[in-house]
Amino acid sequence: MSQINVRVDGASYTDDVEPRTLLVHYLREQLGKVGTVVGCDTSNCGACTVHLDGEAVKSCTVFAVQADGCEVTTIEGIGADGALHPMQKAFHEMHGLQCGFCTPGMIMASIDLVNDNPDPTEDEVREGIEGNLCRCTGYQNIVRAVQQAAGEMHGRSAGATETLGAQS
Amino acid sequence: MTVTENAAELAPAKEVGQPRRRKEDARLITGRTTWTDNMVLPGMLHLAVVRSPVAHAKITSVDLTAAQQAPNIVAVFSGRDFAEEQGSIPCAWPVTPDMVNPGHPSIAVDEVNHVGEAVAIVVARSKAAAQDAVELVDIDYDVLPPVLDLETAVQDGANLVHDQLASNTSYHFVFDAGDAGTGADTDQAFADAEVVVSRRFVQQRLIPAFMEPRSVVVQPQGDNVTMWSSTQVPHVLRVMLAMVTGVPEHKLRIIAPDVGGGFGGKLQVNPEEVLSLLVARRLGKPVKWTETRSESLMAAHHGRGQVQYIDVAADREGNVKGLRVRLLADMGAYLRLITPGVPALGAFMFPGIYKFPAYRFECDGVFTNKVPTDAYRGAGRPEATFAIERIMDELAVELDMDPLELRRKNWINAEEFPFTTVAGLEYDSGNYDMATEQALELLGYDELRAEQQQRRQSGDPVQLGIGFSTFTEMCGLAPSRVLGSLAYGAGGWESASIRMLPTGKVEVVTGSTPHGQGHETAWSQLVADQLGVPFEDVEVLHGDTAVSPRGMDTYGSRSLVVGGTAVVKAAEKVVAKARKVAAHLLEASEDDLDFSAGKFNVRGTPGAEVGIQEIALAVFAAHNYPEGMEPSIDAEATFDPVNFSFPHGTHICAMEVDTETGMVKIRKYASVDDVGVIVNPLIVEGQIHGGLAQGIAQALYEEAVYDADGNLTTGSFVDYLVPSAADLPHFDTGNTVHAAPGNPIGAKGVGEAGCIASTPAVVNAALDAVRHLGVSDILMPLTPERVWRAIHHGGDGGDRATAGTNAYGGAQTESTAGVSTDASLGGEL
Ligand code: FES
Ligand code: FES
Repeated sequence: MSQINVRVDGASYTDDVEPRTLLVHYLREQLGKVGTVVGCDTSNCGACTVHLDGEAVKSCTVFAVQADGCEVTTIEGIGADGALHPMQKAFHEMHGLQCGFCTPGMIMASIDLVNDNPDPTEDEVREGIEGNLCRCTGYQNIVRAVQQAAGEMHGRSAGATETLGAQS
Repeated sequence: MTVTENAAELAPAKEVGQPRRRKEDARLITGRTTWTDNMVLPGMLHLAVVRSPVAHAKITSVDLTAAQQAPNIVAVFSGRDFAEEQGSIPCAWPVTPDMVNPGHPSIAVDEVNHVGEAVAIVVARSKAAAQDAVELVDIDYDVLPPVLDLETAVQDGANLVHDQLASNTSYHFVFDAGDAGTGADTDQAFADAEVVVSRRFVQQRLIPAFMEPRSVVVQPQGDNVTMWSSTQVPHVLRVMLAMVTGVPEHKLRIIAPDVGGGFGGKLQVNPEEVLSLLVARRLGKPVKWTETRSESLMAAHHGRGQVQYIDVAADREGNVKGLRVRLLADMGAYLRLITPGVPALGAFMFPGIYKFPAYRFECDGVFTNKVPTDAYRGAGRPEATFAIERIMDELAVELDMDPLELRRKNWINAEEFPFTTVAGLEYDSGNYDMATEQALELLGYDELRAEQQQRRQSGDPVQLGIGFSTFTEMCGLAPSRVLGSLAYGAGGWESASIRMLPTGKVEVVTGSTPHGQGHETAWSQLVADQLGVPFEDVEVLHGDTAVSPRGMDTYGSRSLVVGGTAVVKAAEKVVAKARKVAAHLLEASEDDLDFSAGKFNVRGTPGAEVGIQEIALAVFAAHNYPEGMEPSIDAEATFDPVNFSFPHGTHICAMEVDTETGMVKIRKYASVDDVGVIVNPLIVEGQIHGGLAQGIAQALYEEAVYDADGNLTTGSFVDYLVPSAADLPHFDTGNTVHAAPGNPIGAKGVGEAGCIASTPAVVNAALDAVRHLGVSDILMPLTPERVWRAIHHGGDGGDRATAGTNAYGGAQTESTAGVSTDASLGGEL
C-alpha cells in the first residue's frame, strides 16, 4: 500500500492505495465518484476521461499513485455552484447524448479540446475527440455541442444559427 | 392571472413535434446517474468468470484448489456445481417445429463450444481479488476440431459442433410465396426469365459493442431476489429467469437502471445473469458481476453472420420477375433468446420495396464453435436490405440501366398503398419517389455525377462513386397474433398506466424500457398533449418490474409505435374518467363538456370549467364524486398492434476511392427517411445519426474475425473498430412524413432505419467508383487492403488481412471460405 494525497473535485483526500490501483478504480471504488465510468480495458474508449492538473487524461491509463499531489477534476466537479458548465449545457441543448455512458468522458475531453483550441472547425473537433468512442450518437450532435460550447466558453455569441431537429 | 373568454388562446402549443430537450440529460451530463456497476450493497461479493480459451473441447479435469486458497476468495465453482440447477438459456423462437436445440448451459459442464464460454466462477471480497484468482483455476481440455465456416459446416461428413446431433443444421426454414398464396411459382418465374443475376453476399459477424459493459447485481433477501441488470428487457428477463432458475416469478424483481446502450445486444437472458443469481442464492449474499470489454466482445452475443445466395429474375426492360434467397445463418454454438428468429424475420424483407411477382426464401440455421448470434440493430432486416439493394445494382449493371431507373420501374407507387407484398406483408403508407427526389437534392446529385464523369475521364487516381439504398423495414414489433403464427414464444403488445397525483402531477408507467432512446421526454410530450398538462408535470417511470409490472420492453423500433400508443390509450381513459367527474362537479351532462388544454368547459357557459389536475385532487379527497364510480381517474392500457409499420427512405452515399491506396472516404451522405409522424425531431434525428454510424461501420470498419482455431482476433477495441468521430462523415438528413395508419400517433419507428439502410448504399457507392476497373464486389468491411486488392488483382478483396497480421481471419471464417483463392488474392501477397 502507498499513501497518496489528492484533491478531487475540490476536496482533499489522503488514502492508502495498492500501487497497481488505477486512478479510475480509486475514483469509483474508494471515493464513490461513479460519474466517471469504465468502458474498455485497452485505453481506447475514453469513457474514463478526467482532468489531471487541468489536462484531460484517460484515468484508466494512470495509476492512483501517479495522481499523488495532483488536482483531479471529474464530471462531478466541473459545474460551478450547482450551475452547469457550458459544455454540459451544450451537450443538452444539441442532443449530444443518448444513453449517456460516453458522455462524462466526452465532456471532459471536449473541455480540454476547447481550452487548447478556442474555435475548432468541425474537422478539428472530430480529430480532437477521436480518443472517445460513442456508440449511440454518430457524433454529429457532439460536434455541434462542442462548437457551441467553444463559442460560449470563449465569449462569442453561441453562433446559434443551427436549428436542431431541422434535419440538415 | 387574467381571465380570458377564449380558452383556445390559452391552449399551449402542441408538444408533439417540438424538439424538446431531453429530461434524461440532467443526470447523465452531470455524472449523477445509476449504472448497474455503480451499485454497492452491504456485504456484496464480486464475481469473475473463468472462460474457455479453446473453441471446442471436452473438459477432462478441473482443479479449483489453488484459486480457493487465494487471498480474499469466498468460493470457486465449476460447471459441475450448478449442473443440476442451471437449466438452459431459453430460446423463445423455435422457427420450425423440428428445430434442433441442443440446450445452452450457462456454464460448461463437460464440453466447451466456443472461446469465452464460462467454465468456472470465482467469488471474492473484491473485484481485483476475484480477477487475480481467475488465473489460478486449472482446467484441462481434450481439444476437438472447431467448426467455424458455414459452408463447410453443412457439408456431409463435416465435423460436428454438438456430437450428439446428426448435423450442424438447427433448422431449415422456408417461405415460398407460391405455397403461401402471396405470389406466383418461383421456379417457373426463373425458367421464363430473360435475365437472371445470381450473387453470393457475405454478412460478416458484428458485435453490438454497447458502450456500457454488461453488469449484474443480485440481492437475495429471504425468499425474494432482486436483480439489477444492464438489460434492455427486464420484463422478459423476469419471466425467463423464473422459468430457468425456479425462483417464483412473484419473488423476483428485476431493475434496469440507466442502461448504457443495447442495440439488441442486451436483448438477452445472459448466462452471467443466470450464474449471478445462482451464486447469490447459493451463498445467500449479494453479488456483483461486471464484464471487461474483452469479455463483452467475446461472450456477449454477436449479430449478423450470414452467407446469402441471391438470384433475381427480370425481363430485358428491367421488370423484376422473381427473387430467390438461400441463406446459411450462423447460430454460433447455442441458441439464445431469439437466435433462430433473426434470419427468419429477415425472410419477409428481402423483396424490399419492389413488386416481385414470385419469391422463395430458404434458410439453414447452422451451428458453429463461436459465440451465439442474436439480435443486433435491425436483426434480420439489414441483412435482407443489403442483399436486395446490392443485387438491384448488379441487375442494373447486367441490363445496362441506371440503378435508380431500375428501382423506380419496380417500386411500389404512392397511390398503391396499402400494398400487399409477395412476402404477404401489407405495407402501410409512403412515397418512395418523394423521398428519393428529396435525397437527390440534399446530396447535390447532378454535380457529383458530373464530377464522377470528369474524374473518370481524366483517370484521376481518386475515383468517385454514388450508391443508393431505397429501403423499407418492418417495425413496431409486433402484432401478437402474427408473432404467434411465426412460432415466437410471446406477444408483442405493450402496456402503460397513468397515475394522477393529488397535486395534479402525472406519473406515467411504461413497459417499454429505454436505454438511450429518450422515452422520458417523448412520453411526456405525448401525455402533455393528451391531458393538457405541462410537459414538466409529467414523470415517466420504467425499468423496474415492481414499478412497471407489465411490459415487453424495447427493441425492434417498437417503443413509440406500440409503447407510446399504450400511453396515449391510457391517457384517453384518464380523460374519459375525468369527464365523468367533471360533469358531476359542474352539474352538466358529459355530452356538453369540451376538453381542451387540460380543462373541461361546459359548452356555451363561459367560466364553467374544471381542470383535469383539479379533478385529480378532487378524487383524492373523494368528498364529492359521481355515484357508481371509483374515486380515481388513473388508468392503464395495453396496446396490441394489428399490423407492423413500415418506415422507408432513400439513402445516397457519394464515395471517394483512392485507387492507389485502397482508401475509401465518404464524400457526402444524404438520407431522407419517412418514419411517420415525428413526436420529437431532435430524438428522431439522433436515432438516424446513430443508426447511420452503425450501418456505415458494417460497410467500412467492423468485423468479428475468428482465426483458424476459433479465437476471436478482434477481441478488444484495438482490433474491433468501432468508428470514432474522425472516421465518420457529416450526415445530411431529411424526412418525409406519411402517417402510419396503424396507431393513433401515426409513428412508424426510427431506431433501426439508419442502420438498415446505410450499409448497401455505402458498398454500392464504392463499387460504383471502381466498377469500370473490373470490380464487381468487395467483401465488407471495405478495408483499404481489400479495396486495393480488388482493384489491382480482381476478385472481391479476399481475407480481412494477410496471414500473420493481427487481424488475419485464417482461411476458415465464413467471410472468406470459398472466396479467397490465390488467384482472387492476386497470388502470394
Ligand atoms: S476505460 Fe479508459 S479508455 Fe476505456
Ligand atoms: S451516448 Fe451512448 S455511447 Fe455515447
